[in-house]
Amino acid sequence: MSKMVEIRWHGRGGQGAKTASLLLADAAFMTGKFVQGFPEYGPERMGAPISAFNRISDERSPLHSNIYEPDYVVVVDATLLSAVDVVSGLKKDGAIIINSEKTPEEFRPLLEGYAGRIYTIDASQIAEEELKNRNLSNTSMLGAVVKVSGVIPEANLIKDMEDSMKHKFADKPHVIDSNMKALQRGMKEVKG
Amino acid sequence: MAFAKAIRERLSGNEAVATALKQINPDVVAAYPITPSTEVVHYFAQYYADGEVNTEFVAVESEHSAMSACIGAASAGGRSATVTAACGLALMWELLYVASGTRLPITLAVVNRALSGPININNDHSDSMGARDSGWIQLYAENNQEAYDNYICSVRIAEHKDVQLPVMSCQDGFITSHAIENIELLEDAEVKKFVGKYNCDFNMLSGTPTSVGPYDTPMFYFEHQYQRAMAMKNSKQVILDVYKEFAKLTGREYGLFEEYRCEDAERVIVVLNSSAGTAKYTCDKLREKGEKVGVIKIRVFRPFPLEELAAALSKFKAVAVMDKADSFSGIGGPVFTDVRHACYELENRPHIINYIYGLGGRDVTEENFVTVYNALAEVVKTGKTGEIYRHVGVRGV
Repeated sequence: MSKMVEIRWHGRGGQGAKTASLLLADAAFMTGKFVQGFPEYGPERMGAPISAFNRISDERSPLHSNIYEPDYVVVVDATLLSAVDVVSGLKKDGAIIINSEKTPEEFRPLLEGYAGRIYTIDASQIAEEELKNRNLSNTSMLGAVVKVSGVIPEANLIKDMEDSMKHKFADKPHVIDSNMKALQRGMKEVKG
Repeated sequence: MAFAKAIRERLSGNEAVATALKQINPDVVAAYPITPSTEVVHYFAQYYADGEVNTEFVAVESEHSAMSACIGAASAGGRSATVTAACGLALMWELLYVASGTRLPITLAVVNRALSGPININNDHSDSMGARDSGWIQLYAENNQEAYDNYICSVRIAEHKDVQLPVMSCQDGFITSHAIENIELLEDAEVKKFVGKYNCDFNMLSGTPTSVGPYDTPMFYFEHQYQRAMAMKNSKQVILDVYKEFAKLTGREYGLFEEYRCEDAERVIVVLNSSAGTAKYTCDKLREKGEKVGVIKIRVFRPFPLEELAAALSKFKAVAVMDKADSFSGIGGPVFTDVRHACYELENRPHIINYIYGLGGRDVTEENFVTVYNALAEVVKTGKTGEIYRHVGVRGV
């Protein structure tokens, strides 16, 4: 089988990590890939740590388990770093992307045993400016993960993402423009 | 031969089933939401509100009522359908028997979830496995595509004159019901043509006065049970015929079970639903190392494909049967007892062991299947079956 990219999302209930993983699956599908986007469900309550997953490949993956050795890890809420071993199994040549105003270097000491690439993006600030809500950081995180992973070719990315959002937010079209702005800022402002 | 046009999409298992339901456009859908099947009801209610179906959608107050409404609608000659999971299926229990005993071809999408208690919303098969003796045909799906395909086929199977039994089409809660994956859909018109119009010979609106579900005295009850049992037996051929016709339409070929890399296999895992995919992935990796391993994925559990499975299993040295439900008999799960029983008449019986796995949403991994294949290697090496009732993925064992 050709190379499969596996991504694990860490967030807290209500922050949209699941939605981001579904949007990424949607966008990758638009580029002709085989995709999986799925959350790990537990007791669904606001603020509880949750995970979501993506597999993106050129052939259908038959795997139906969670992801234990991801190529990329996305942390939607940096406070999770003290509660969850977010880099567990993360591949050495992969990368972690954290939602924070801090620099990647500041996180190095917190990610014990992980020597790979670290990126940060102040997604909450972007969310506040573009969506007027710090908790809606998932679209700019999505922009950052697409930029870092290169899992979707940039050329058609913006259009594909817009189509995905039109599908996902069919019942609330007024949020599409601001989310597209947040997405593009996520791509532009990710630091690593 | 050219196949019908395929619409490439990406849908969760729940949206796939909802789409099938929309395309089938049943006369009556009566449903009550329960996790993880709720989304199917959401989607369908939206189709109904948007006028995309001309179904009579009945938002009932419980699953007991949902099945009762389907029974009423089917008795009046309508094509009826519902959706449920876990405790919702348990609450339908009494009516499941009424539906099959009255020979009403209702279709039901089950999104498999563990039964309480303690309460758990995640996936295992304790709900549908508990209903295995209720006279319903049971189909199982590895992914969203199979959930969609099975559901469309289930209408034809249920309504066939030699069958006239209800069908439940199962898929794994969350694992496939909430996972977006690629899927190929049929056009609406193709689905409508495939399922056709439901013509019921006996119904309360036929103009001929008819009683449905009256008291069945000892003079007749036994004969009716015999007929129901024979209908289940007959359904095997009908299922194969319907799948064959479906393959002509889509190119997707289905049988009672699927043999994956079994040609020269010595060690085989028997499994159903989503974990079959993970088993296949593990099998591929071990094959690369030269190990003679395979997977059998059961698609049709009721009626049970006894002769066909026995013939397939006779070629192997050791078999592990996976059960995502325990029957608490102390001797293994429901799939195991049937599979092992199927091999009784064989001259060359494989060693057969049982694994209970993945209960209540415990993630089922490649590592689990490596453990099982290794255990089978030990059985082959020693020539001893050993303990038949085993567990994988549970702590402290």
